[in-house]
Amino acid sequence: MKKMNILEINDLSKVFNLHILNNKKLEALKSINFTVAEGEIIGLTGKSGSGKSSLMKCIYRTYLASGGQINYKSINGMVDLVTASDHEVIELRKNEITYCSQFLSVIPRVSAVDVVCENLFKVNADKEAARYKAKGMLQQLGLPEELWDAFPVTFSGGEQQRINVARAIITSPRFLLIDEPTASLDPKTKDVVIDMLLDLKKHGTSILCISHDEYTIEKLVDRRINLHLGEILNLN
Amino acid sequence: MSNTEDNWLLKVNNLTKIYGDYTENSIINTGPEFNSNICPETGSIVACADINFELYPGEVLGIVGESGSGKSTVVKLLYFDMEQSLGSAFLKPHLDGLANILEESNQKKRWIRNYLMGMVYQNPRDGLNFKFSSGGNIAEKLIMGGNFHVGNIRNRATDLLEKTEVPVLRMDDKPASFSGGMQQRVQISKAIANNPPLLFLDEVTTGLDVSVQAKVLDLIRELQQDLGIAMIVVSHDLSVIRMLTDRTIVMKNGRIVERGLTDQILQDPQHEYSQLLVSSLL
Amino acid sequence: MVENNKYINKYNFAFIDEATKKEIRRKLLKAVAIPGYQVPYSSPEMPIARGWGTGGLHVTLAIIGKTDIFKIIDQGSDASVNACNLRNFVQSMTDVKTTFDTSEATIIQTRHRITEEELNENQIFVYQVPQPEPLRSVERYENKTRQMHGEADYAKMWVSLYEQFVSHGDIMLGAGYPVKVNSRYIMAPSPIPRWDIPNLNLSKALHLFGAGREKRLYAIPPFTKVEPLEFEDIKFHIEDFKGSVCSKTGYKKAFLDEMYYDDGSTNFVINDSNFLDKLFEKEQPTQHENKYINQIAE
Repeated sequence: MKKMNILEINDLSKVFNLHILNNKKLEALKSINFTVAEGEIIGLTGKSGSGKSSLMKCIYRTYLASGGQINYKSINGMVDLVTASDHEVIELRKNEITYCSQFLSVIPRVSAVDVVCENLFKVNADKEAARYKAKGMLQQLGLPEELWDAFPVTFSGGEQQRINVARAIITSPRFLLIDEPTASLDPKTKDVVIDMLLDLKKHGTSILCISHDEYTIEKLVDRRINLHLGEILNLN
Repeated sequence: MSNTEDNWLLKVNNLTKIYGDYTENSIINTGPEFNSNICPETGSIVACADINFELYPGEVLGIVGESGSGKSTVVKLLYFDMEQSLGSAFLKPHLDGLANILEESNQKKRWIRNYLMGMVYQNPRDGLNFKFSSGGNIAEKLIMGGNFHVGNIRNRATDLLEKTEVPVLRMDDKPASFSGGMQQRVQISKAIANNPPLLFLDEVTTGLDVSVQAKVLDLIRELQQDLGIAMIVVSHDLSVIRMLTDRTIVMKNGRIVERGLTDQILQDPQHEYSQLLVSSLL
Repeated sequence: MVENNKYINKYNFAFIDEATKKEIRRKLLKAVAIPGYQVPYSSPEMPIARGWGTGGLHVTLAIIGKTDIFKIIDQGSDASVNACNLRNFVQSMTDVKTTFDTSEATIIQTRHRITEEELNENQIFVYQVPQPEPLRSVERYENKTRQMHGEADYAKMWVSLYEQFVSHGDIMLGAGYPVKVNSRYIMAPSPIPRWDIPNLNLSKALHLFGAGREKRLYAIPPFTKVEPLEFEDIKFHIEDFKGSVCSKTGYKKAFLDEMYYDDGSTNFVINDSNFLDKLFEKEQPTQHENKYINQIAE
């Protein structure tokens, strides 16, 4: 039986209009068309500057698309993420869609454990249970216990990355956008992360993943999409 | 799509405040395109005009802008500190959102302020009565909320002060003897005393030392997560907006120039002025 | 006209001209119609200075008739200097009968006390009031207090009571304890002791209050609910004389004065002079009854 698409992108374009640089225009995405089936893991590949992160941010609504549609199949029906209201997007981000950026964006003075379980706490109000689950994850990912109550702003790249990934995975989102999940990680932790993501897929999560790492792509994704200068080069 | 159309908490339509005699041209001939709030014909000052937005339960909305943008005016109008020239506002918990709260009688407005709203001002002297003890200030709000049991009042005040990390031993001291940061925290306790669904925060950390500012912001963030209160946070400081809010409205010369998700405003600002603000982040 | 040789053809009955009497009476009617609400009035000039009882005098002179029997007390005593002067004035301006006997009087003017003897439905009690605004201690501005009364916004008053309790362990107001009248207005009962406050509640008599200097009249009609402000867990209480008795009569359930003598000794005497006299003469005057007096042990 043909699987339903959780995401359908039609003719998506993104142009940055920089007023303060004399209205300079930067074309980040030209005309993007692709789909993601439910439960599928798609890998986005391409050189730096090819538009991978811009594409992901457009889906998450951090960037406002200039044209086209991003049709997302939410629990309550189809939504075009380009034209959806702010409130609708906030609800989707809270309940269904999670975005894990390339670098941990640090809210200051929040401990590693609390950073991880923050999103979990928003949906389910039991703070203690959330922290417990967060600690379990950090342990799996090999973050030393003495760092759990420390503030991530001083951690190494690899340590921050572990927290970043844990935070994204812990809520078992319906749709996960993840940017370079295994960068800065040693081989053992890489495998842990890949397994965690595959585990999510088993439980129904659809994943769009950006990665430079050939190893990760091989083990993780069902399909690749290659971007070059804002356009899709080849689909398979 | 889930039916989110109906479950808004606050709806604001065409909120406008003009000082002085005005005509409809006053609104047409002022604003960000003219870089001015002053009507060239009548000299009237358009503090804010055409302000429309919705706020949903548990959401945090930021209003950012520089001096003269009208951001504080919007909040003052909604809290009944000022009277509007035009426009309407609706609060769901009040008569199911069918009555324009700006046109209600003084009695009803006081009820709305006591039970449905909390307000934290930039200057603690605006929100606190310095003749009463800090516990007394919280008591005032609780009494206005219909509590006449001293024991219960003191217990609740103790809870709130603990929540906002004000030493309970100082409950019977007057706020004049507190530091600025602690005064703000007493103000926050008072504002949330009756568990209002909506909290206004008007430049609450402006002027405080940086470390104190950080603590107060952290507290507000925690309270928001614990209590799920909807908030409107007014600030000229984008880092405060980034820390606290889900959505943001950018104002200039009394008008809204851009609105959107906070991360979008910060990472992909569309309007020229928003881009200027974001690029000015230190 | 007054039949009195000294003043014949010189003064109107009750001194005040008829037009002003009419104005005061109309304001009194309004006051009675809105129990506890302060009504501004003309407060005409009198031959006594402001602060010496002009308000009470205005009320008395506006309502007094030829057949009235007039009594006036000052801090419970008929014989004090001010009471005597005002009595002489009223008597000479009206030629009415005056009395020391509470039960005989139809109009009783008072400064800062209610009589121990119970009042009946034929009597009018007139108070001299220094400060009619009960919220003055928490709000300086008249336009603000008027708004507070209009909107029943009394939170500040309650907080000041809370603060007193927190600072001192009890509400420290002695005389002039604020009351809520007819469940609506907070009123200043004039500086009567706590002892007298319960006797305002559901009284058979009409109580009229005049503040001449501040130019306000207010009233408590008969059988009106008058409740002292109290919290659910901090209740109102009357003065505790700790078992002291009146040295002249041995009675303990009345408001007592503490008397000091040159040799340094002290004793207590009933403050209400007419009540004291009656008890001393072994008469049995009917005293006000209320739950607070009833709690005093025998």
